[in-house]
Amino acid sequence: MPSEAEHAFLQFDQVKKSYDQKTLVVKGFDLDVDRGEFITLLGPSGSGKSTVLMMLAGFEGVTSGDIRVENKSITRTAPYKRNIGMVFQNYALFPHMTIAENLAYPLQVRKMAKPDVKDRVNEYLRLIEMPEFGGRYPGQLSGGQRQRVALARALIFEPSLILMDEPLGALDKKLREQMQYEITRLHEQLGFTVIYVTHDQTEALSMSSRIAVFNDGVVQQCAAPAELYERPKNAFVADFIGENNFIPGTVSAIDGAEAKVAIPGGEIIAVAGDGLVVGQKCVVSVRPEKLFIQPTSHAYDNEVTAAHVTHHYVGDFIRYYFRFADGTEINLKVLNDLAAPNFSAGQEGKLAWLKKDCIAFPA
Amino acid sequence: MENSLSREDGRNARRELNRRRIAAFALVIPLLVFIFFAFVAPIATILYRSVYNPVVSDLIPETLAALDAAEWDRADVPPDDVLNVFSAELSLLAQERLSGRLAEEINRAIPGMSSVVRSTSRAVRRMEQDTLLSEGGQTLLDANDRWGDVAVWRALQDAGAPYTEDYYLTALDLQRAEDGGIEARDGARIYVTLYTKTLRIALIITILTLILGYPLAYFLANAPSKSANMLMVFVLLPFWTSLLVRTTAWIALLQTNGVVNSFLMSIGVINEPMEILYTQTATILAMTHILLPFMILPLYSVMKGIDPSYLRAAMSMGGRPIPAFVRIYLPMTLPGLSAGALLVFIISVGYYITPALVGGTDGQMISNIIAFHMRESNNWELAAALGSLLLAIILLLYWVYDRFVGAGNIKLG
Repeated sequence: MPSEAEHAFLQFDQVKKSYDQKTLVVKGFDLDVDRGEFITLLGPSGSGKSTVLMMLAGFEGVTSGDIRVENKSITRTAPYKRNIGMVFQNYALFPHMTIAENLAYPLQVRKMAKPDVKDRVNEYLRLIEMPEFGGRYPGQLSGGQRQRVALARALIFEPSLILMDEPLGALDKKLREQMQYEITRLHEQLGFTVIYVTHDQTEALSMSSRIAVFNDGVVQQCAAPAELYERPKNAFVADFIGENNFIPGTVSAIDGAEAKVAIPGGEIIAVAGDGLVVGQKCVVSVRPEKLFIQPTSHAYDNEVTAAHVTHHYVGDFIRYYFRFADGTEINLKVLNDLAAPNFSAGQEGKLAWLKKDCIAFPA
Repeated sequence: MENSLSREDGRNARRELNRRRIAAFALVIPLLVFIFFAFVAPIATILYRSVYNPVVSDLIPETLAALDAAEWDRADVPPDDVLNVFSAELSLLAQERLSGRLAEEINRAIPGMSSVVRSTSRAVRRMEQDTLLSEGGQTLLDANDRWGDVAVWRALQDAGAPYTEDYYLTALDLQRAEDGGIEARDGARIYVTLYTKTLRIALIITILTLILGYPLAYFLANAPSKSANMLMVFVLLPFWTSLLVRTTAWIALLQTNGVVNSFLMSIGVINEPMEILYTQTATILAMTHILLPFMILPLYSVMKGIDPSYLRAAMSMGGRPIPAFVRIYLPMTLPGLSAGALLVFIISVGYYITPALVGGTDGQMISNIIAFHMRESNNWELAAALGSLLLAIILLLYWVYDRFVGAGNIKLG
């Protein structure tokens, strides 16, 4: 998303963070965010994503590097002067204040006139569809309602930037999906910029305009959800996002963007990942839903032979497990329809897929 | 299926519930028994003792009965037959060597009567009961003319009432007036002044522990767990040393040639030693030190449970640190704060050993005077009345606290 201005709305410039003066938790974080974007920082716990958020909010100091909003450095700005809204995982609603008082708090510290505060609070209560809840206390609300209030409280003073730190982590699956919808709706309606931290990739994929995948203090890849899923940059991203099979092999030839790889079940053609060299050991990643069992009506480029191990009936699909001659296991998802084949244990089958659906990464 | 239970089901469910209740009750029986004998019974005894004093009525039952029978009007010396009965009883008491008890009791009402009772009892001791019953009254008057004083007989009748509110009156610096009403006692208001002083000292100590303890508890609750645990040991250290040792250490610190004075003199802040020991200041200093953990621990445990994200949330919304702290954090620590303050206040109101050791006369609190009446003046009834009043004051304060803050807010851990 190229911005028309010279600089992006929010810029991280080689931001580093160390807690113990010895090791870096965040190792040189670069990111440009445009106004109105929904950026998700995704990664396993301890990968440094929350630290980035805390530095942006101002609760953690920046060891080196710079954070700029509208080209003004905020690295040395006190948190309460940054005008950044934040939604916390535990909601952080003040338990001794009513919902209306909670919502009014940011307006009161901004010395807004009383009638205006009241109007604004009512407006935002309507926005989160809880107009009659103003007089209640946070303890009297359900998890989803608290989350909506926390969201409204972060939005009510109209900050240009909203940070969310695993805001849906404490909710059950159904509520989480509702809240995802709710957040997306508000985001589209109000047009604020979001930096969202989560370890839940489904959440990240369904809500974000771009996702930065963190591991080990470094951004592995920052791209739109579809690109991240279809074109992972390295084996970590391929493994972390969605499900993947990893088949070990050896690169026998490289032709432009394509690589010929010898794997236990035969020779295949795959998209060549960065840094792939002929003769090198590699892993080929291919997603379970991109694999088909012969005979199939789908187009395919690669075909390998493997022995059936077992299959699990999941409901909307059936998951088949196969094993190559060297013992490498591979699984695939087949839609639960009339075409789903029957296999007995040890029976050999042929698996087929398109060359564009598999990527060879250096091992 | 019906949702209601059949009779059989209901019986089974009730039996099950009862069995569980009995089991739960059986578990606490030893504690209940212990509490009854170690706590409820002594307190009840003390409360009873403060209004019930049967000593005189046990010593001279006949005389008191005679006074009632004669429908004595308390205006003049009782009729002769009453005096006769009294002289006979006094003689019996003298033979059983109990007249001293009576002397002590009457002396408490009218100072100087002790020797009168003793000398008279010596006079009537060897006389025949029959003689005394017929003309003992004259013997009394001959032995000491104070027996002709109506005040003595009034005191005797008052002391003879087994149930009395006199000790409470004394504890409140009041007394019975001649006409039976209640009036302020002449002279200094000893006990009311002492109660006020005790409450004031307790309040000062509570405020001091709060000022010292709150920041420390905050620091401990937010420190990394390793150093917090280490520092917690220092907070608890006073608990592990004997109270007496700690108090004595304060004596060493505060005395005229003690550490504090020598230090201040050596750096030239003062030219001659300050008198700190045996003053109210010493009591306040030592007790603040001793009671500090009682403030820190409940505060710490409450603060430990407050997620740092509350303050962060307030700041992200634009709240400056100090207003945000006052508006958001402080109210959330209120349960610990009130628990700590209540604990320190109530403990210090009844504190005895530290004021006794470092307080001197100025730093004495109500417990010290209660102890004095139990150990030295041997006036258990007054001690009981003073103690009961103290209990009543604390209960009253607790009620006030509950009205305004709410006892449900207390959180000890």
